[in-house]
Amino acid sequence: MRVIDLSEVTEAIAKLCIDANYNLPEDVYNALKEALEREKSPVGKAVLQHILENADLAREGIAPICQDCGLAVIFMEIGQDVRFTGGNLKDAIFEGVRKGYREGYLRKSTCHPFTRANIGDNTPPVIHYDIVPGDKVRIVVAPKGGGSENMSQVVMLKPADGVEGVIETVVKRVDEAGGNPCPPIIVGVGVGGTFERSAFLAKKALLRPVGKPNPDVEIARIEQEMLERINKLGIGPMGWGGTVTALAVHFEMEPVHIASLPCAININCHVARHKEIIL
Amino acid sequence: MSDVIRLTTPLSDEDVVKLKAGDRVLISGVIYTGRDAAHKRMIEALEKGEPLPFDVKGQVIYYVGPSPAKPGRPIGAAGPTTSYRMNPYAPKLIRLGLKGMIGKGKMSEEVREHCIKYKAVYFGAIGGCGALLSQRIKKAEVIAYEDLGPEAVRRLEVEDFPVIVVYDTHGGNLEEIGIKQYRVVE
Repeated sequence: MRVIDLSEVTEAIAKLCIDANYNLPEDVYNALKEALEREKSPVGKAVLQHILENADLAREGIAPICQDCGLAVIFMEIGQDVRFTGGNLKDAIFEGVRKGYREGYLRKSTCHPFTRANIGDNTPPVIHYDIVPGDKVRIVVAPKGGGSENMSQVVMLKPADGVEGVIETVVKRVDEAGGNPCPPIIVGVGVGGTFERSAFLAKKALLRPVGKPNPDVEIARIEQEMLERINKLGIGPMGWGGTVTALAVHFEMEPVHIASLPCAININCHVARHKEIIL
Repeated sequence: MSDVIRLTTPLSDEDVVKLKAGDRVLISGVIYTGRDAAHKRMIEALEKGEPLPFDVKGQVIYYVGPSPAKPGRPIGAAGPTTSYRMNPYAPKLIRLGLKGMIGKGKMSEEVREHCIKYKAVYFGAIGGCGALLSQRIKKAEVIAYEDLGPEAVRRLEVEDFPVIVVYDTHGGNLEEIGIKQYRVVE
């Protein structure tokens, strides 16, 4: 049994919140640079140049990459041989979010659903726990902006719709979203289990390094087909027309109920933030 | 791409009618921030016959909720938010003389028609470029609804704030023009 003091978890989460919001991951930055090479629209090219310049400025620390510093979505993979001391885990995670968003001058975006009163400290985060073998703790912080999250969708397709139904649903959704989710986007697609499992898989798909194909070659082929069809839509950077609408499509698949074909689409903007640490 | 057009607020009808969808514009002067919660309150104020936090005539509203300013800086990251959420509110403000909105994404047919009928322009700024755009904001001051935090109404002094004309006063729409040009129909 390995003992981890919860103050370590709080510190790690605070740092990850700040790091994610100021330092665009290298894989995303490189994907944007490649997009700049490929983009045919002059307006689209100008947008991509600004996006790269913005990432450089944020890295210098003048301000976060985007004013929407996101809801803090946190994935906790906890080794089953770990025992936490010094409080309770949920409180430690909340405190990490509070500290990171306060000390990093990050925007607090959580509010009451109806009164819209701001909670003030960006809690509660969205926490996904997983218990895994071993004595380590892997923490991933993926701040998620509202503009792209609003364009996401879960559709309960019929088994008869098949793979073509999934592809069409994804392409149609991206087309409807247009410039709203800040293209070039990364599209997470989840098919598996139940309603909420498919949504979780779509979210988890966004954590993969941009453009890294699914290890299953058939799923990777479907990802490629979806990407090609999306980039023929002409939406382009910011929806002002162009050849690069999506940087990548990441598709995660699991078995489903014999009656169901749940299909979730989670759209991420080009500020695709995810940072992780292993304790 | 066309040459860059420089505009200083407040804007007149003459300023906006010469703009065409796709024109790149640099805005200088005073603009005001407002997003979901501030718009809701402004429309409620109008319904109650109360004054708005600022006279919208000739003005430009920027749909933004900035992040907190770091010490020594006027504002934090300040890029546009998605505009369609202001569809229910924008037409009323345009009828009162608002000349421009800055945001990202699509707005409604009603907003487009109002842009034509009342001579107003919907400008797009690049989403997710909060750090870059913050450098063009020289001064920021909360003037109303401070309790809304990032959603409070701010008076911004901007210099060469870069935008592109999305909906012009003649029915031109950059999204339609741009997407049509690059769409591959099979």
